[in-house]
Amino acid sequence: MSAPVKSGSGGFETKILSNAQIAKDLFYTALITFPILVPIVAIRTQLDQGVLTWHSRFWLASCLALAVVIARGLMHFLVWNPRAAASLDVSASAKPTSAKRLSLSDRIGPYVSRGLLIFGLLLPIVAHLGHAIGIELPSFGELRLVDLATYILIYVMLGWGLNVVVGLAGLLDLGYVAFYAVGAYSYALLSTVYFPRWFGTGVVPFAFYITMPIAGLLAACWGVILGFPVLRLRGDYLAIVTLAFGEIIRLVLINWFSFTQGPQGINVPKLTFFGLKFKDEPGGFADFVSTHFFPLAYNRVQGYIFLYYVILAMALATYFITKKLRRLPIGRAWEALREDEIACRSLGINTTNTKLTAFAIGAMFGGFSGSFFAARQGFVSPESFVYIESALILAIVVLGGLGSQIGIVFSAVAIMGSFEIFREMDFMKAVLPTGTEPIQFRMLFVGLAMVLMMRFRPRGFVTKREPTVYLKEKKAISGDLVAEGHG
Amino acid sequence: MEYFLQQLINGLTLGSIYGLIAIGYTMVYGIIGMINFAHGDVFMVGSMTTFIVLLMLGVTGGSGPFIIVLALALVIAISMAVAATFNWAIERVAYRPLRGSFRLAPLISAIGMSIVLQEFVRIAQEGRAKPIQPIIIGKKILMTKVVGNQDFNVTLSYMQMIIILSTLVLMTVFTFIIQRTSLGRAQRACEQDTKMASLLGINVDRTISITFILGAVLAAFAGFMFFMYYNVTDFFVGFNAGIKAFTAAVLGGIGSIPGAMLGGLLIGFIEVMWSAYFSIEYKDVAAFTILVLVLIFMPQGLLGKPEVEKI
Repeated sequence: MSAPVKSGSGGFETKILSNAQIAKDLFYTALITFPILVPIVAIRTQLDQGVLTWHSRFWLASCLALAVVIARGLMHFLVWNPRAAASLDVSASAKPTSAKRLSLSDRIGPYVSRGLLIFGLLLPIVAHLGHAIGIELPSFGELRLVDLATYILIYVMLGWGLNVVVGLAGLLDLGYVAFYAVGAYSYALLSTVYFPRWFGTGVVPFAFYITMPIAGLLAACWGVILGFPVLRLRGDYLAIVTLAFGEIIRLVLINWFSFTQGPQGINVPKLTFFGLKFKDEPGGFADFVSTHFFPLAYNRVQGYIFLYYVILAMALATYFITKKLRRLPIGRAWEALREDEIACRSLGINTTNTKLTAFAIGAMFGGFSGSFFAARQGFVSPESFVYIESALILAIVVLGGLGSQIGIVFSAVAIMGSFEIFREMDFMKAVLPTGTEPIQFRMLFVGLAMVLMMRFRPRGFVTKREPTVYLKEKKAISGDLVAEGHG
Repeated sequence: MEYFLQQLINGLTLGSIYGLIAIGYTMVYGIIGMINFAHGDVFMVGSMTTFIVLLMLGVTGGSGPFIIVLALALVIAISMAVAATFNWAIERVAYRPLRGSFRLAPLISAIGMSIVLQEFVRIAQEGRAKPIQPIIIGKKILMTKVVGNQDFNVTLSYMQMIIILSTLVLMTVFTFIIQRTSLGRAQRACEQDTKMASLLGINVDRTISITFILGAVLAAFAGFMFFMYYNVTDFFVGFNAGIKAFTAAVLGGIGSIPGAMLGGLLIGFIEVMWSAYFSIEYKDVAAFTILVLVLIFMPQGLLGKPEVEKI
């Protein structure tokens, strides 16, 4: 558990430990692991029909302790050992190869995003063709694949929205889910209560297309409302205040019953194809297409595919808007602000406006995806907007490498996809203690990943920090080469 | 008036618990300038350990007073040891390697650690809340007033008495440690200037570790009292209590130990009064709003020093 070497300011000094020292260290590790595991893991308490019972699981605690000791021993021999490190460690061998590696990533860099784009555009078609000729992923129907892809894309879009605030402007926002909630509730309330009251019920099928921009604007307003008072705060204060703000919004949603129907939630109209419902009825999408264009049988998948393309379009819009913004003065100011606020101020950048726009734009994307979420789900309730969602979105941004847009796609796919894999891992039940499902471990892994990421690769896996503005020639700096604290 | 007095007692009890947690935040912030986001969860570990050990010992309200006292002393010792180990390990694993990393790194790591702790406890012990029968029962009636045809009693339960008194004792001991011992001197020196302290031969790493341990001991005691007072705990209690205690630390002036205690008491009062006179549903909203307001209008807090930005 404890690091064998003292790291003063940055980096590990490697010190050769003798085997006896390693043994001593492992012994202490076991000693420390003992109180961590014994009461919480080794004693399992259960509440059965109001009666509390407990039974001991010392075997489990010992297995875990052994695993920790072995893992630490391996770290000693493989990573912290200078001889092994020389052959394994990247930092030692990075110097000569880094130039080549950079050029490689330069060469494939543009293709990655293009490839992803094409893959994203073709995904439902491929899934559909595969379905048609009988190739199916095991336990993954066509419907479920497209639905999962939609779900992942919501998180990609949320990640890109939060990336503006955290990754570009360097403001840690732990209440991002509040804006998502504002977007979702804007759509829900406008489409079920206010639009029918103001314009009659005829407008309801089109509600999403009218509401989405409004939802984005409202969320942006909330972003400014939140951003304005917290501008002067330092990074960690800001995190707590945004967290508190997210909780306030959720508590108000739960308790303001007359306005939001509280924990019951609101049933909202689902997304339509510009007014045509995806239903097997006259006037539905399939019926309309058959009468006007070509014969088309009703299929549930149509609705899912349309949802997929809508969120894909929204996500791509987010991507390109952010990409353009990064080249505008405001985007450069964000990145400058992230690197050094004091320098920014002395160069005459209006930090207030810079932070506010970052908040507003990030919140706006959150609002857009919130309204889409409501339209996809057909139901909103405060349950969906808990703190852990904010933490999850933050984890996606962090694992994507704070600032890298393509990285966020990969981390969203990895995290959300792994949740799906956890759900499928039935064989793990044999190893796990009774009463635990693999899916329960998902957030534990997300939390661990955040810690490990900060410790070992704080700039993300696909790190390349490319200055948006440059003098004479473009010099890409690998994340590994940037001294931490200096950029 | 009687109603107010009763709320004052309740507020004092709740405020003591928040104050003890807040000290952990404030000390860590003072010395390494980061918010130990997982501190609320260390408090939760303390209350969970209390619950588990109490259940194992099988003490009930019916056991003799001697046995109860002995059992509770054992419970406190164990939960303090466990929470201290947790906090120490968190610092070693998640914060120490990140010193000198970029600004947001320790905070993100702390958020990750907080998730890990919550999920660890949730998986190891089910997610449901764990209630037990109250162990220390009984109360003292301080005042009685006839309202209509009913009596309204101002009561001070024995548990409240224990909480308030033991907080006082703990605070005295703690102040002694900080003010009079060499350990406290080292701690204060590191708080003022880490680099200078290390030049003068203070082992900064060790002092930081001890700070985390001290904070965890106080949080574990708060967790113990929280569990004995409400007789229920779950894996998520650390979240709300953590934010409120942090609010307390900020209100009192972050970095100031008496401030943390004062802030804790104030937050306890405000929360209790808000529930008593306004609406109980919005008590958390009230506490969080205070956090936002304090940070905006009075970021140095009541007893803190204004933060000067050095260039």
